[in-house]
Amino acid sequence: MLAFLAVALVKIVVVFGCLLLTVAYMTWAERKVVGDLQVRLGPNRVGPFGLLQPIADGIKLLCKEEIVPSHADRAIYLLAPAISLAPAFIAFAVIPFGDTTTLFGLLREPVAMVITDINVGVLYIFGIASLGVYGIVLAGWSSNNKYALLGGLRASAQMISYELSMGLSIVGVVMLAGSLSLVDIVNAQARWPFVVPQILGFGIFFCCALAETNRAPFDLPEAETELVAGFHVEYSSMKFAMFFMAEYANMITAAALATTLFLGGWRGPFLPPLAWFLLKMLALLYVFIWIRATLPRFRYDQLMAFGWKRLLPLALANLVIAAAVAPWWR
Amino acid sequence: MELLLFLVLAFAAIVAALLVVTHRHPVYSALFLVVTMLCIAFLFLLLRAEFLWVMQIAVYAGAVMVLFLFVIMLLDLRREERPWRFPEHRLQVGAGVILAAALAAQLLVAAVAVRAPAGAGPFPPAVVAARGNTQLLGRLLYTEYAFPFEVTSVILLVAIVGAMVIAKRRSD
Repeated sequence: MLAFLAVALVKIVVVFGCLLLTVAYMTWAERKVVGDLQVRLGPNRVGPFGLLQPIADGIKLLCKEEIVPSHADRAIYLLAPAISLAPAFIAFAVIPFGDTTTLFGLLREPVAMVITDINVGVLYIFGIASLGVYGIVLAGWSSNNKYALLGGLRASAQMISYELSMGLSIVGVVMLAGSLSLVDIVNAQARWPFVVPQILGFGIFFCCALAETNRAPFDLPEAETELVAGFHVEYSSMKFAMFFMAEYANMITAAALATTLFLGGWRGPFLPPLAWFLLKMLALLYVFIWIRATLPRFRYDQLMAFGWKRLLPLALANLVIAAAVAPWWR
Repeated sequence: MELLLFLVLAFAAIVAALLVVTHRHPVYSALFLVVTMLCIAFLFLLLRAEFLWVMQIAVYAGAVMVLFLFVIMLLDLRREERPWRFPEHRLQVGAGVILAAALAAQLLVAAVAVRAPAGAGPFPPAVVAARGNTQLLGRLLYTEYAFPFEVTSVILLVAIVGAMVIAKRRSD
């Protein structure tokens, strides 16, 4: 019991720490990559290649004045950033980074490289993701600001609409793997990653992941030109930063989930498992940023039409393909 | 350990449920209902019903309550319009007390009189552990309970079509 708790705690602390660090450096990477794509330099003053920029930003945000609007609903206003950040991190608990490790022979027994392998892992991530909407809705409402409320409603309507297609696109993978556990799903991809029979499903999943994380070209909830900044317009200091951290953490989770479900997770030749996992995840994150720098924003009716009239029927068609392939695949 | 977790969750669920009905602010009431749903979800987990646990979170704590919040926010129900007063609301209070007493009596009868049948049923813990909770549930749903399952889906479809018809008529 005690050993179990100790191992679990160590895993949680390590994964949480790495995730926080990745979130911080995603902001740096995003600015650098977008800078490159727009033939600029990006951050380059704080440290070599601007590498200390996230730390400088963090200190700045911590020291900024905290403002609570006078007619805001104080309790919910203060709680909303935390409600939005927590699910983003909790979802990572079921994602496997590798097979097992002894930390180069340091440990006597091999330890599984996943915080916990639960038998409903895929559904767990969906359940947790559906809680993430609360942070945004409540932030928009409690700020007592029209733009914030509109942004919050837009964000949640968008997230609810795209959650459906996302769920359907994953059903194909579940049918092929015959399990809801992410560890089993990675093991089922020992020969071929599921992106081969489920290329359509992967595309749908990726589009939905962009929409779920409110990223460009689906970043209407934060459309500066029409909504000022959307649901977090009244937030300042670290509370504002927490919404940004939640967005980046959600991006990382989405990329890690896509890697696990479609790209074979940590499996790959020659390199160690963790390297493969990180490589695939970072490649997907690069695509996220690339798309942001490339595509213009959707109009709201286009967004809803794309979600319900294109992605949803496509996801259903993908399900038929998965059902046809499944008997031969296993 | 399990008993401790159960006590904490059950207590939290009851306190949150009480706050749902006693809190003046509809948004807070909805949020406390979310807390109650989450506590119940984790009670399912304590019973090793993982599928129900996740579905309770995704459907009730997630989807359903977000819609509740939507409606409350769009109607802008800031505060309860009229505070509760006894003589004015005595009929409601009377009906509430009677219904609550009936429910409590039923629960008592169920807890005291009804005994679970002796011996193991068709799905003892060993079978469930070997074949998986979700797998067994799915098999039952699509074989033995296929008819009620399909009827439920048709009812839901009818409700969706009905909602669309009503919404369309109003906008024309």
